[in-house]
Amino acid sequence: MLVPVKWLEEYVTLSMDTKEFADQMTMSGSKVEEVRNWGENLEKLVIGKILSIQPHPNADKLVVTHLDIGEEKPLQIVTGATNIKEGDTVPVALEGTTLPNGVTIVGEDLRGEASQGMMCSHDELGITKNLIPESMKDGIWILDEKTPGSRFIDALPAVDQIIEFEITSNRPDCMSVIGIAREAAATVGETLKVPAITLEEAGTDWTDTASVRIDDPEGCRRYVARKVENIVIRQSPQWLQQRLMQAGVRPINNVVDVTNYVMLEMGQPLHAFDAAIVARQSIVVRRAKPDETTKTLDGTLRKLNDQMTLITDSEKVLGIAGVMGGENSEVTTETRAIILESACFNADRIRKTSQQLGLRTEASARFEKGQDPELSLMAANRACQLLEELEAGQVCPGVIDVYPQPATPRENTLRPHRVNALLGTDLKVSEMVEILHALEIKAHEADELIHITVPTFRDDLVQEADFIEEIGRIYGYDKIKATLMTGDIMVGGLSHRQKMEEVLKRTMSGLGCYEAATYSFVSPSGVDLIRLPEDSFKRDFVRLLNPLGDETSVMRTTLLPNMMEVLRRNVSRSVPAGSFYEIGQVFYGQLDEAKAVLPLEVKELVMGIYGEGNDFFVLKGMLIHLFKTLGLASPDFERESNHPTFHPGRCANIYVGDQLMGTLGEIHPLVAANYDMDDVRVFVAEINGDAVLAMAKIDPLYKPLPRYPAVVRDLAVVVDKMLSVQTIEILIRRQAGELLEDCRLFDVYQGAQVGENQKSVAYTLTFRHNERTLKDKEVNQCYDAVVSSLKKELNAVLRA
Amino acid sequence: MEKNLKQLEIEAREVLQAARDAKELENLRVKYLGKKGSLTELLRSMGSLPKEERPRMGQVANEVREAVEAAMNAARDRIGRLEMEARIARETIDITMPGKVFSQGTKHPLTQTLDELKEVFIGMGFTVAEGPEVETVVNNFDMLNAPANHPSREMTDTFYINEQVILRPQTSPVQVRVMKSTKPPIRIIAPGRCFRNDTPDATHSPMFNQLEGLVVDKGSTLGDLKGSLEIFARHLFGEHTQIKFRPHYFPFTEPSAEVDVTCFKCQGEGCSVCKGSGWIELLGAGMVHPNVLRNCGIDPETYSGWAFGMGIDRIAMQKYGIDDIRLLYENDLRFLSQF
Repeated sequence: MLVPVKWLEEYVTLSMDTKEFADQMTMSGSKVEEVRNWGENLEKLVIGKILSIQPHPNADKLVVTHLDIGEEKPLQIVTGATNIKEGDTVPVALEGTTLPNGVTIVGEDLRGEASQGMMCSHDELGITKNLIPESMKDGIWILDEKTPGSRFIDALPAVDQIIEFEITSNRPDCMSVIGIAREAAATVGETLKVPAITLEEAGTDWTDTASVRIDDPEGCRRYVARKVENIVIRQSPQWLQQRLMQAGVRPINNVVDVTNYVMLEMGQPLHAFDAAIVARQSIVVRRAKPDETTKTLDGTLRKLNDQMTLITDSEKVLGIAGVMGGENSEVTTETRAIILESACFNADRIRKTSQQLGLRTEASARFEKGQDPELSLMAANRACQLLEELEAGQVCPGVIDVYPQPATPRENTLRPHRVNALLGTDLKVSEMVEILHALEIKAHEADELIHITVPTFRDDLVQEADFIEEIGRIYGYDKIKATLMTGDIMVGGLSHRQKMEEVLKRTMSGLGCYEAATYSFVSPSGVDLIRLPEDSFKRDFVRLLNPLGDETSVMRTTLLPNMMEVLRRNVSRSVPAGSFYEIGQVFYGQLDEAKAVLPLEVKELVMGIYGEGNDFFVLKGMLIHLFKTLGLASPDFERESNHPTFHPGRCANIYVGDQLMGTLGEIHPLVAANYDMDDVRVFVAEINGDAVLAMAKIDPLYKPLPRYPAVVRDLAVVVDKMLSVQTIEILIRRQAGELLEDCRLFDVYQGAQVGENQKSVAYTLTFRHNERTLKDKEVNQCYDAVVSSLKKELNAVLRA
Repeated sequence: MEKNLKQLEIEAREVLQAARDAKELENLRVKYLGKKGSLTELLRSMGSLPKEERPRMGQVANEVREAVEAAMNAARDRIGRLEMEARIARETIDITMPGKVFSQGTKHPLTQTLDELKEVFIGMGFTVAEGPEVETVVNNFDMLNAPANHPSREMTDTFYINEQVILRPQTSPVQVRVMKSTKPPIRIIAPGRCFRNDTPDATHSPMFNQLEGLVVDKGSTLGDLKGSLEIFARHLFGEHTQIKFRPHYFPFTEPSAEVDVTCFKCQGEGCSVCKGSGWIELLGAGMVHPNVLRNCGIDPETYSGWAFGMGIDRIAMQKYGIDDIRLLYENDLRFLSQF
């Protein structure tokens, strides 16, 4: 809401500078977004009257003009403007004047004719293009009759400050200058001065031969109509045009400008119909029929439905209520009489209509937030008063006011102790009442209660808490003392699961992985890129009804494609190596189709690594370390050759006990190609995060340090190349018995020194007894048992 | 004999003083003090002396032995020192060579920011509540007193799954879940992902993170809300931080306020971070609307409460000087590794 300060000052006295005022308004709840200066750097401009316009002797597109600027000798200006005529009054910039757009005027010779200044356009004087009246859009600013030679800024109110307020959706009453003035009065401690409305009226009462009927009482609560005759359509005076432009509205003509002015002033949207078009001067407010159409005054054919309210006469549609008038009934230069509508339409209906038509207007923006029906008549009269003052027409006696159920002010009570209890203040009842009065809320104390009558323009004040807020904000939140919470001591902290998630993240950091954060909504094509089969449950997406685009149209069912995108982005940006993880929700639609059933949300952990030094075993080692840190039993890895996302020879499922925890592996070459990473080896793990966190338990228990020395033996055997080391290790552990403390693979060799299709594997075996020093003999027995069963069961040959 | 002994002492001292390394020293020890060394040889010949001379000669011999041993020790110390010096000179390194590179990952800057926020509130007795990212319209709007025509319900603002299910545009439904399931006193924070129908640009992201807080207790006041947020702001931005409550409108709180903090960059002087105002808009807050309490089964006559909410992304951006929110979700390693 743009509010020119001088306009505001017509209704409330402000004895402080604008910045101070703006700050105070912000602190009482009308947030000031910005204070702008209107009409800067116009001091040197003067008013000129065009005395003559002659063709330029040497240029077809230029004319030579002479202007009276209040000096003895007329000023000569050469111009290319085409919208001027002799007798017009215009703003003139003399030599040496710098315009708001930074251009400095210099006297010059234009093809042999001297030009001693410039006639200015709106644009050149700092008015944005969308506010310039149509007739002067591409030409000189033609003013009303002014004294030549006077200063531009004295001749019209072109200098002001404009305050832009943010109006919250609960305060439609503040979408008007008077509404803001009311807040200002309460804030600065002044009284509101509302303009007195008096009308001359002339002619006969028009209501004898006219009528208004509301056939759609739900859509229209009140309809006030007045008639103005002998209309002369012309440009509005400059003061009015200035006001409108300052408030962000483009001047059109005197009648339309007056309706807009009153809307800005009081918050009541008005509409003027050309009375000649209204058949039998009878207006019917009704619902639209399904599939009815009408052309609005912007020239667009609108398709209507039965949830929209129309203004019609007995024969045709005149306009869409509260949104836009019809093209047929628009006020034109030919208009000789108007019917002025000031109505109260249903907020929900207007909102939906405006949405369905994709048509938002200043009127609809106000109606859809809720309108005070008590305002209709006052606003109609105010507009008539202005039309009289502008000599735009004669107001006919008589008002049609259809108002079947007049609004009654709401009564309410407020418990003063609740005010202080909720705000933490110590206000007296009289102070509370005083604040309410300042906001034009009637209030008095009786029986230890404050009895309140809420004005009809404050539909937002419904219950006690609402009044407490009013009192609090006008009293000043900054005056409320900051206190500490009372009540029982409460122990804060994280749940076990939350703590485990923190440990997980910390551990991942320690492992050199960076935490990624990707969108919860994804493209449905991600599951294609990772080659999930057609029947995969991860294709049963939870879909958005109104996504921003296909790329963010479904909730993710796996973090794997997200991780692939992260890796792709880093690879494509030439980051040579990277390790990432993300832990976050995936979403599975529930089988139950009942509408309010939420999807199942499961936490998933995904890891992805690539680049020098990274391979399958780095990733495997990370997982083992992570599980160990989180106190999980040591995981088992089982070869997985059928997962379509992974390299069939380099993929494993991870188990803790019987529970499948996830999968890790090198990405399948086809998937890598789908992500433009043909030349990069990428390793990814997808883990059930919920399962990990549920099993996590960090509960270290001290074990005494060994008091007796260990005996260490190395063992190297040659076995079949395809034999897994896990098979060997299981056998070693089984055969070595309880004395074996540790068994560690330290070398695998394939090559000339061992046979083809063979490999040599070497282990370090550590033996220890907790209660005594081991004898060589005992260790040898264990060792020999291992060697012989390796030979017997796995055909392993001891390497010399 | 005595002369021989003295002679030996003089000779030994001389050569020991000249000895250059441990090996030479060992040779000299063998030569003089060894089993077949000169001194031993001389002492062995003591048997041939007259009986009465033996004690005196024995004494002289001992003195000579001690003198030679002392010279030997002095030489050993001297040579040890020399060798140490030589070793140190030999082992001197170019300490300007690079250190070993260790690599540790980082938590996402949003996680780090959230961790800081959580720490402050946990210290004030708050626990951390969580809820689903996909929520019901009931929990997110109806229970929270959002008017039927509130703009946030529009499809232009909120992502819908169907008429009754949405992606939560705030973490407030977590408050509803907690109030419905917990008897006051309640003191929770609810961090999490939120979604709004915004096209991504430098300051907007369709997904972002929020942290909300809720306190419900007997006698909770707006003054408590101010006091608690003041403590929070000082923890987060420094001891001299001030806060400012501006009246505002939210459907779920009444009275409601927007809360500004003094700019942590310029301490309120005015700078580019705060666009010259000296203040940064940080939170929305207010007293829980009695309708909301009632909807969640809490009697507003017995209990009152306050709530607040803030955008973690925005705080992270201000804290780290990040000028484009999209960077947070790009996951470029060169970005992530800066935090």
